Formats: sequence, C-alpha cells, structure tokens
Amino acid sequence: MARIVGGIASSHVPSIGGAHDRGRHESPAWKPLFDAYVPVREWLAHLKPDIAIVVYNDHAAEFFFDKYPTFAVGAAEHYAIADEGFGVRPLPPVPGHLAFSQHLCESLVYDEFDLTVCQELKVEHGFLVPMHLCFDYRDGWPVASVPLQVNVLQHPLPTARRCYRLGQAIGRAVEAFAPDLRVVVIGTGGMSHQLTGSAFGDMQPDHDRDFLDRLESDPGSLTGWSHQLLMEKFGVEGIELIMWLVMRGAMPAAVRRVHRHYYAPMTTGMGLMTLEPA
Amino acid sequence: MQPNQLSPSRKIGDSHIFDLAMSYRGLRLNRMCHALNDAAGRTAFRADEAAFLARFGLTEAELALVRARDFNALLAAGTNIYYLIKFGVATGNGLYRMGARMRGESYEQFLASRNDSGAV
Repeated sequence: MARIVGGIASSHVPSIGGAHDRGRHESPAWKPLFDAYVPVREWLAHLKPDIAIVVYNDHAAEFFFDKYPTFAVGAAEHYAIADEGFGVRPLPPVPGHLAFSQHLCESLVYDEFDLTVCQELKVEHGFLVPMHLCFDYRDGWPVASVPLQVNVLQHPLPTARRCYRLGQAIGRAVEAFAPDLRVVVIGTGGMSHQLTGSAFGDMQPDHDRDFLDRLESDPGSLTGWSHQLLMEKFGVEGIELIMWLVMRGAMPAAVRRVHRHYYAPMTTGMGLMTLEPA
Repeated sequence: MQPNQLSPSRKIGDSHIFDLAMSYRGLRLNRMCHALNDAAGRTAFRADEAAFLARFGLTEAELALVRARDFNALLAAGTNIYYLIKFGVATGNGLYRMGARMRGESYEQFLASRNDSGAV
C-alpha cells in the first residue's frame, strides 16, 4: 500500500529560479534561502520518496483563460519545461508516474473532485522552483512527479476549505494505491505578496509567521478564512497560500514538524515547512 | 456553500481582484501577452510590433495602452498581472520596474525600500 511519508510547504518565487540558474546560491542575499533547503534535501534523501505530488499554480505559461480549470492533474509519463517568456530553463524534463496519476485522477473524481486531466502538460516555476530546491537533479530527477494545478488567478477560486478537503481526498487516494510507494506532497506558493497597485511589494511577516504556526498545529482554523480575508492579510497574490492547505489536508492531523524557515528579502515572504506523520 | 468570498468592491486597497468580468474584458490583451511565451512570438514582437499586435483584435483604446506601456491602465483593462509580466519582460520592464511605477517610485527608490535588494 502506498503511503504519505512527508509534506512540504514551500514558496515558489520565480527569482529563486533565476538565482539558481545563475549560480547565486552563495551570494549574501540568496544564501539564507538556499541554505535553508540543504537539510531538507538531506531529509528527503533519507525519506526516499518514489512520488512527489506537487500542488502549484501556472503563471500564464501553459494555461489560458479561454478555458480555465479549477483543479488540473497531470497524467503523463513526463512533463516538459515551459518557456515562461525568457527561454526554456536548463532543467531536465520531469518524469511522471502514469499508473499512479491515473489512479489519483480516478480516485479524486469518484471522491467528487471533478478534475481536468492533463495528458500533456508543461510545467513552470510554480512547480519547478520547489522541485529544484528540494531535489538534486544533476543525475536526473530522483522522484516521479504528479503536477496538480490550482486556479489561484481567476476568481472564483476554490475555497480554502475545498483545498483542505482536496488534500484529504489525496490522502485517501494514496492509501488506496496497492503498490508499496512512498509519497510526499508539496504545497507551493506564497507567502505574502502583492504584485499590483500602490501596495506593490508589501510583505506581511507577522501574518506569515502566524500562518506557519496554524498550518502546523491548527490547520482547521485556516479553512474558514475567506478569500477576502486571506488577501487582506497576505496581499492579492498571497492567496496562493490556499495551496498549502491541500498539502496539510493530505497529512494526518498529528504531525511532527521537521524544518521551518522564513525569509523576506524583496517582495514575497518566502516560507518553508516540512512535516512528517507523527 | 461558502458565500462572501469577496467584498462587493472586488478590490483590495486600490488593486482590482481579477474576477470573471475582468477576465472577459481582458481576454484579447491576455492572449497577446500569452503569445510572448513563445520564442517566435517574441521575435515577431521585436521585428514589427504593430504587425504582431494586429493579430489579436485589440481595440484602439487597448492598442493605445499597449503603445504607452501604461501598466496600471492595462491591469484596469483586464490584463492579469502574470500575463502582463510577459509583456513587461518583452519591453525591458521586468516585474520590479513595473512595480516601482505602480508605487509611484523610481526603480532606485523602490530597491532602496527592500530588506535586501540583492535578492533579484
């Protein structure tokens, strides 16, 4: 039987990808961020997950508003790297796990989450930044992935509670998969950021730290928060934090926190938390 | 059902919430921005901006905003920020340069307001 061995919450700021590609890991402004992921990669090397379910949002790379899915799940053998407007990043294509993806889609639809199934899907920084922060891909990605894309751009968005319940349904789907596979769930995005208007670039470190506390110990308190409240606290684009609730919903109520980090250099609160079942 | 996810104003501060009305209004502008994801689209934009823009059925008013690089007005006209970034990059106005203008600051003033402006 498959089981979830870890949960990760990670920001996916695009500038992290640029800094990574330019080898700026040791520069003073970037070192705190990159250093925080060194123990996470060591932890994952011990956990040896077979599959990473990556809950992310596309940022105008692959999806367009002619048709816009609320939840979209990859079901393919591999996922290409998208061009986000400045050329394709030098990252290897991402291996999928077709049988598990197909099982996950079936299980989630029969659990009443009506998905868009994506048999071809290019992934971009929302997916890729947490992946290359968490995994060393120099000899190829050490884990198969399932991209799970959430609409956090075009309101109406799925509610915070719906995202948490999707996570719970993912947990049930994993348990129902017969092969003995080890699964991690990565919730990406956030934390506080605002990318339009006169408040461009404003961050809310106190709210971000409170969210990290609640995510670990009292996630139920977050599920009733409206989009309005979330955006008032975390900025319009900080609404991405609802994707962290998918990860938390997939984890058991009782968890042990393994890593936690917060860094806010420019315009986005960059949060990191990892959890194991207690 | 969970009603009241958004306030009636559909605003946070002076920022518009990108809802279905905004998205429908901005469909042509967003399609133009989306085409800049493709290397061929970027080449066409640089070679002959007017010919590139003519592909997307933009109104005269929309074309004027594009030519003026009026980012705030493009947002108000329904361009989604993540799509607008593609247009910003193609015109030498990355996110932080666009953001400085939204704040009414110079790029240098904006950088000076950051906790560590080396993280760009």
